Amino acid sequence: MNAWGIARLVAAKDLRVEWRSRVLINQVLPFATLVMVMFAFALDNDQTLTRVAPGLVWLATMFSLLVVVQRSFAVETADGALDALQVAGVRPAGIFLGKSLALLAQLAVLELVLMGAAVVLYRTELHAGGVVLLVTTYVAATTGLAFVGTLYGGLAAGAKGRETLLPLLMLPVVAPVLIGATRATEAALGTEGATPSDGWPWIGLLILFAALFGVGGTMAFGSLIDE
Amino acid sequence: MRLVDVVAVLGGFPALAGASLTVERGEIVLLRGPNGAGKTSLLRLCAGLLAVERGQATVLGCDLTLDRAAVRRRVGLLGHANGLYADLTVGDNVRFWGDTVGATEREIAASMERMGLANRLMDVPVGRLSAGQRRRTALACLVARRAELWLLDEPHAGLDAAGRDELDQTLRAAAAAGATVMVASHELERAGALASRVVEVVGGQVRGAA
Repeated sequence: MNAWGIARLVAAKDLRVEWRSRVLINQVLPFATLVMVMFAFALDNDQTLTRVAPGLVWLATMFSLLVVVQRSFAVETADGALDALQVAGVRPAGIFLGKSLALLAQLAVLELVLMGAAVVLYRTELHAGGVVLLVTTYVAATTGLAFVGTLYGGLAAGAKGRETLLPLLMLPVVAPVLIGATRATEAALGTEGATPSDGWPWIGLLILFAALFGVGGTMAFGSLIDE
Repeated sequence: MRLVDVVAVLGGFPALAGASLTVERGEIVLLRGPNGAGKTSLLRLCAGLLAVERGQATVLGCDLTLDRAAVRRRVGLLGHANGLYADLTVGDNVRFWGDTVGATEREIAASMERMGLANRLMDVPVGRLSAGQRRRTALACLVARRAELWLLDEPHAGLDAAGRDELDQTLRAAAAAGATVMVASHELERAGALASRVVEVVGGQVRGAA
């Protein structure tokens, strides 16, 4: 079976695992919402919250990403399934793309909830003029995060102390997404007088990031999980 | 399957040092020997996971020195782990592994039927199964993957008496259906009764491998 066929199978399997275990719904979403509430407690000022809301949404996304990636690979390593996939000669590129697709879907749900939480808790206002930029930002940033998460999740999967290793490895790498996505979201929401045209250059960075990690991950994933 | 004077290296140390072994289709061969003798390395080499440094190795008609990937797709290796997803049902797991090789619904159903999983256990999450039932599910996945050579490392470990009996029946049925089975085990009495031939692995070489 070709890499795309395997990718579809792996993505469907990962989403089925999530559907049956409900970890995203019962644990990750409440965790992410709690992080948003804690930010609100810590800053405790409506004006400040509205100004920093885009950054807080993306920070909460990054923290939640770590949990989702840990879970995605814990499922594979608990009973040696990732090893079994390698032994069975299943194409690593297909595994990478499939796990990235499933992660992308889960992150999309998570980000919708976080944006909803920002509207309710931080009084963030959405503007019709920024909708296209906002959607493009979410698609590009989420794709990049899904690729990085899968790549580093695979890298840490076989390592000792992977729970602590993953944040150390991954958070510095996703810093460009945090910066780019925050700036583009600020532009889409019109934070502090920003306009949508201010955000489009950041979309270039997000797309470049996603493309680099998508291509790199597809090529390197086999060697990474072999280690 | 035919190995002639095979040398393989693992982590800079010789894992196999001139191993020779011929196994016919439908045979159940027990590999016995002390820890570190090379039993697991022999299984991993036959699965295409360990490179042949020297010698000739042909598995399922494929030359291991030329195309290990082709062998991997036709071989099933089962170690201490089962390679299953605990949150998915038995049916989901078998279907997933079968789908990786494009197995039809009929083949997938037949593989579960063959392992006695078709009715009662099909919709049960793997995480709720006993060790023996999980082992059977893992074997059903090998069948669904159309594995022609089954390589099992200590397959009886962790199973109760009933689970062991089930496993032995399964392996006999697989061999009767044309699969070749190689078992590395320390449980000589049980595995010996199961095997059609016993060979000894010592110091990376195979003895009694006529």
